[in-house]
Order: sequence, then C-alpha cells, then structure tokens
Amino acid sequence: MVQLLAPDGSLVPSERAEEFIPYFEQLTDDNIKRFYRDMSVMRRFDTEATNLQRQGQLALWIPSHGQEGAQVGSAHAVRPQDHIFPAYREHAVAMIRGVDVFDIIRLVRGLTHGGWNPNDPKFRNFHIYTLVIGSQSLHATGYAMGIKFDGAYATGNYETDQAVIVYFGDGATSQGDVHEAMVFAASQQTPQVFFVQNNHWAISVPVSVQSRVPLYRRADGYGMPGVQIDGNDVFASYAVTAKLMDEARQGQGPAMVEAHTYRIGAHTSSDDPTKYREDSEVESWVARDPILRLEAYLRGKGVEQAFFDEVAQEGADFSSDIRRRIVAVENPDPASMFAHVYSDPHPLMEEQAAWLASYEAAFPTDAPATAVDGGDA
Amino acid sequence: MGLGKAINEGLRRALAEDPKVLLIGEDIGTLGGVFRVTEGLKDQFGGDRVIDSPLAESGIVGSAIGLAMRGYRPVCEIQFDGFIYPAFDQITSQLAKITNRHEGHMSFPVVIRVPYGGHIGAVEHHQESNEAYFAHTPGLRVVSPSNPHDAYWMIQEAIASNDPVMFFEPKSRYWPKGDVDTEHNATPLHSSRTIRPGTDVTLLGHGAMVSVLLQAAELAAEEGTSAEVIDLRSISPIDYAPILESVRKTGRLVIGQEAPGNLSLGSEIAATVAERAFYSLSAPVLRVSGFDVPFPPAKLETLFLPDADRILDAVDRVLSY
Repeated sequence: MVQLLAPDGSLVPSERAEEFIPYFEQLTDDNIKRFYRDMSVMRRFDTEATNLQRQGQLALWIPSHGQEGAQVGSAHAVRPQDHIFPAYREHAVAMIRGVDVFDIIRLVRGLTHGGWNPNDPKFRNFHIYTLVIGSQSLHATGYAMGIKFDGAYATGNYETDQAVIVYFGDGATSQGDVHEAMVFAASQQTPQVFFVQNNHWAISVPVSVQSRVPLYRRADGYGMPGVQIDGNDVFASYAVTAKLMDEARQGQGPAMVEAHTYRIGAHTSSDDPTKYREDSEVESWVARDPILRLEAYLRGKGVEQAFFDEVAQEGADFSSDIRRRIVAVENPDPASMFAHVYSDPHPLMEEQAAWLASYEAAFPTDAPATAVDGGDA
Repeated sequence: MGLGKAINEGLRRALAEDPKVLLIGEDIGTLGGVFRVTEGLKDQFGGDRVIDSPLAESGIVGSAIGLAMRGYRPVCEIQFDGFIYPAFDQITSQLAKITNRHEGHMSFPVVIRVPYGGHIGAVEHHQESNEAYFAHTPGLRVVSPSNPHDAYWMIQEAIASNDPVMFFEPKSRYWPKGDVDTEHNATPLHSSRTIRPGTDVTLLGHGAMVSVLLQAAELAAEEGTSAEVIDLRSISPIDYAPILESVRKTGRLVIGQEAPGNLSLGSEIAATVAERAFYSLSAPVLRVSGFDVPFPPAKLETLFLPDADRILDAVDRVLSY
C-alpha cells in the first residue's frame, strides 16, 4: 500500500510509495495548506448538510465524512483540462473544481436531477452526479475514447493533453458496467484512471462480500496497473493520482487506484450503520482520520494556531452561507418538467406542458395545486 | 437495393458528411455485421470510426453516451433484438434521462440500430419485436422503416437528430429490393404516411408488417373491399394526423403488429383514436398481434406472426358492425 503520511502525522513513506515521492515533492507549503483547508471546510459543510436534512430542509444527505483525504488529494492531482466523472459522494472534488456545492444541495432538496452545467468552463469539466451505481464508469470510458479519437492526448503538451478520472466505490466494482468500462478502456487503451474509494461498506454489505481479493488486484486481470493507497493519506492520494493521470495523458493507457478509506457516517441520511457495524471498527478509522493526520503534520512543520482558527472560521462561514441560501430557494417552475426531456421539439412535450398550464390556470392563484415543500424555513 | 443495403448507403453518406459520426457494435467492422449492414464501412472510414467493440451491449451504449458528451454522434448496433436487454439500464436510466438530467446543457445524439422481428426462422432471442419498451420510455425517439427508400433517409435523419433514436430495422426486409431515390426525401422522420388509398377500412402497421398489410389490401380489393394502408414509420412520437384523417373517412381501423398485443403500441393507438375520433368510428379498433407468449420456436412462427389472412379476418369483423 502506498502511504506517505502516517496516521500520527509523520512523513514515513512506505516502500511502495517510492516511485510516487517526486510528485509529493512538487507540493508547496501553500498547496498542503490548501489540502487542509479543503478537507476541513468540506467536513464542516457535511455536518451542516446532515443537520439540514434532519430539520426537513433536504430529502436526503450523502455524507462524505472520512473520505476527504482520498477526494481532496486526487482532485488536486487532476489538471484543469481533464474530465471528472463522479458518483454521488464526491462533494470535495466538486468544490475543488469550482462547482457551487449549493447545486448539490438543490439536488438532494428535490429541485433538480442535475445541478450544474459540465460544459461551463468555470466548473472545469466536473460532470454531474450519477445515482445508478457504476453507470458513469462507461460514460467516462466513452469520453476517454473520444479524447483518443480526437488525438487530444499523448502529444507531449502538458497544458493541453487530456485524460479522464472516474470515481466509484467498492460496491460498484461488482457492477457489470464497471467491468465493461474496464474492458472497453483496456481494449481501446483510453487515457483514464479508475479511482475506487473503498470505504469498506456498500450500505450494509462489507467489501469482503464484493471481492475475495484486494480490489486493486483486479486491475491486473484487465491488463492495467492497479495501485492500492492509504486513502486517508492526502499525500498518497495526490501523488499516485497525479502520476497515473500523467501516464494516461502521455498515452500509457488506463490505470486503477484503490483508495482505502472509511465512511465514518451513514451511507445516506436514510441509513442506520449501527445495525451492521461495530463501534470499535469506526473508532479504529477515526484514529486514522485524514484531517487530524494532516493537522498533526502541519503543526509539526510549525504552522501556527491562527491558520487553524482561520480555516475553522471559513468552514463556519461556508456552512452558514449554505443555510442562508436554502431558506431562500424557490421550487422549480412546473413547465421545467417538460423543457429538457428532448433537445429537439417534441409534440407530446408541447401538448402536455400546455395542458398542465391551462389546468393550473383554472385554479385561483392563492391556492396552487402543486404546492409541495420540503419543510418550514 | 434492399433495406439492408439502403441503410449501409445511408450510414456511408452520414459518415462521409460528418466526421463526428461513428459506428460502434459487435462484429460491425471487419465482418461488416452479422447482416452485413455495415459492410465495407470500416475499410472506407477506418477502425476508429467503425469500431468493433468488445462483446458487451451495456458497454456499447454506455460508451456511446460518453462519446456523445465529447461531441460525437455515435451509431450503435445491437446485433439482435433479444440481445438488447443487457443495455436496457444504460438506454432507459441513462440515455433516455440524461438530456433531462443535464437540463438542456448537453444533447445526446445517439442512434441505436436494432434488427428486429420475425420471419427468418431463427433460434430464441433472434426474432423479437420489443420496440414498445422503448416507446414507453420518455426521452427516447423510436422509428422503424418498412422499405429501402425510407431506410436510406430515416437512418440519416436519425443520426441528424439531437435526441437518442432507437432505430428498429425489420430484418426480414433486409433483402427484398425496392427503389431508393437518393436525391429527394419528401417525408420527415417522425411522420406516418398513407401508402395505399382506400375508403372502407384503414390498415395500420410498421416495419415488416407493412408488406403484410399491403398484401391483405390486395386480397381485400379482390373481394370488393377498399382498404387504406398507413405506414406508421415513427413509433415515438406517433404522428396521428394521417391516422385520424383516414379513420374519419373509413370509420374502421385494424392495427397489425408482430409484438405481443398486451399493453402494446396498438393498444395505445386504439385508445388515442377512440379519444379523438370516437364519433367517426363504425366499429371497435381491432389489434392483430403476436400472442402473449415468448416468440415461439421457428417451426411455429407462421402461426404466431400475423399474416394477411389474420388481417383479413379482422377486416371482416370490423365490416360486420
């Protein structure tokens, strides 16, 4: 397993980490502080969103608590021109790519099925969430095939050569689509990295039910490199992803990362993890927390308390901004239901949208027939 | 040329005119497809535009979605109707919904070609008519040509569409020859068309059923019954104008389809005609369908598939009201 940062915050690279150390060494102090800031702010946001769900403001929340190291390290390793296909828990990756995480809040409040425009340059090619487990792996492979056909990789230009990274979990590795995505990627030698966050639980089913071998070893069967990392080590996540993405961009084909991490919280707000796992297991992972680990490292490097106070305040401000905006948000326009089912005009959409509008217009304006709300402001 | 060759020529023209068009499927490259519909295209356009994919239908459709995100216009081939189900999730949960999910920020111009239907005496999973599953799914368009001329143009129109199009090819019609006018196309993709005028009864169908309906109309004429025949062409959306116009004239509608009748395309059309032309009807709308059983072993297929005699039996019944 590749590990650079031990759980106590000391920099003790494992033997397997050696080839990745040059990538770690490229990181500046400011880069590393940014890692800490991103992880901490997302942890605070996650707590806020969990509370908002309990207060009835959200239909659902999907916690990322515990997986910040895997997400923040890998997200910073991806270059601006690369494309990212997330599953649905990669809130930190979204934020780092410039997505307004309030758009994720809109999704789980029931206002949208998407949330943002992946074609908008300001989101730096962060695609929208996919809720069916593993489906996005094939979209990522198809996209990477397109990069190959366009000749947009392996030109030697570090600024423009592109690659794709796709995120999914340990449960998804059992899906046929993920298998097919790896088969197609290997067949076409696409420029892409499969990033598996092995958080050890697919809702209530442990990873031992999904696989009898460590997941990274499956890569060998597809004919691609597989690297297992300590996913709670943000440095390992950064360095390994950066190297494999570089190699993908250079035309060396697809690769797979298995990031060992842990979902400290529930699968979603609808889940009760006390029914299927032991407290002692959770505690053992809390002791390997990615944020505490980096904090210990930074304090060891002499970073002062003022920095940590500043980050804590930023997290609080970020969260209160989300809370402020959610109480002001309005429900979608009923006509929006019909607006984008097709790209070209479609007679049924026009007919049914017109019918709904006239039906609605028949009601007094003070008693809308479609009033549905997630809760009191 | 036959319908299969017409699609081949339509694909060739689409590939030549738009560098973003590419084909992906099993055995479509070097072999030219099990029905040879893509024959010669890999030689002409290369293996990056006519892609022999690994043997995985979900992979074909799912990767086509990713290619569409990149700006390509992929045309997938599913080898046989009954082999489409491994891709059902990518088609119905992803392709069909993904334009809506993106709220108009992306288009998904993906065509899925499906050789379908019976009359070829094949083994299980090779003769199904499963178009209704896809017509029932919002976000997809579904079409089926009945003749070479339409096939030549409809495949090009499907590729030009900015929406996903399920393109059902009546495989038993791949070989019978017909005229193709490669200069002029008079009919938009999503329109049905009256192909034989009549006054006593309207016969409606799509794909291979159209030739059965025409045969039935010939036989009916010998008995003094004037049957109008409509080729549906577009299964979703359905172009009702020619259908309603015809029913308002004849007062009688018989729908022929190879698919099982329960909850079928014919059921939907019968309901809509009853809603919109109730006072014009002189008889109930009748459906002549496959039975509600799995497509039978080949030696029973002529009993399963509606033929001209079963159509005429229904014509007699609507005329008896």
